[in-house]
Amino acid sequence: MTPDATDVALLRALLADGSLTAKDAGVQAGVSQPVAWRRIKRLEEAGVIRGRRVRLDKAKLGFGVTVFLGVKVSARGRGSVEEFERAVTAIPEVQLVQHVLGVYDYRLKVVARDLEDFERILRRRIMTLPGIGEIESNVLLSEEKNEPVRI
Amino acid sequence: MLKIDDTDRRILRALQRDASLTTAEVAEAAGLSTTPCWRRIERMERDGVILGRSVDIDLRKLGFDVTVYLRVRIDKTVRGAFEEFITAARGVPEILSIQTLLGRVDVRMDVVARSLEHYQEILKTRILDLPHVADVEALMLISEVKNDESLSL
Repeated sequence: MTPDATDVALLRALLADGSLTAKDAGVQAGVSQPVAWRRIKRLEEAGVIRGRRVRLDKAKLGFGVTVFLGVKVSARGRGSVEEFERAVTAIPEVQLVQHVLGVYDYRLKVVARDLEDFERILRRRIMTLPGIGEIESNVLLSEEKNEPVRI
Repeated sequence: MLKIDDTDRRILRALQRDASLTTAEVAEAAGLSTTPCWRRIERMERDGVILGRSVDIDLRKLGFDVTVYLRVRIDKTVRGAFEEFITAARGVPEILSIQTLLGRVDVRMDVVARSLEHYQEILKTRILDLPHVADVEALMLISEVKNDESLSL
């Protein structure tokens, strides 16, 4: 779907605060509550809004380390790739698994309590994955995000 | 570190599963009544444990078919190169996220584009022009196998 200016304004309001009611989001987008409600419902039905997420402070909850891994998979054949994906998806500390094209085959995001905890996950869970090849680790120092609907 | 007890964890787990739950529903899932649950959520928001809520948007549905992760190495022999690079990158709207890293790569950026041609244009006119870039490597997203930011609380 092609969102118009009202959709974009509603998305922007909801990105900043996903707990807004249709009425409050509508106020920010300059439309009435029923219009806002219908638009948001349409964005949800079209799959533009996939869901709502709570944002937690990882560090305050004791998860101090985020590491991005670039991984090569030496698996041959479809079955072994599926086996790798199944096994890597099952690791709870791995939040993100992306199949990519480039110098690596997969990108992983791992959240750990500290570097020692990360090392344990890396050695026991990741380095033992079926078909795993070369691994590159980069520790996240800081992250800033641009609003996606600025475009 | 802040004191987070098992009841708090149950509340956070319920919210991680479904952030659209009402306080009453969260309370039921965490096994307490609504008022103390509301108070705990309020406290965790005040302490900055709960930063807020957001919507999860599928950019492909908005016409951004191409996502590329750029891995950038910066020429660190120049003083202030990092800051100048990041300040300039902030001004490019197609760059959705800028991460500084410790490892072989200095900065990672998530870039979205409507098509491959559009991506090429962004790369040529916006990204390769950023100051102090020593090397850029690109990983193009094919598919997301898992995307679950839940913490194992």
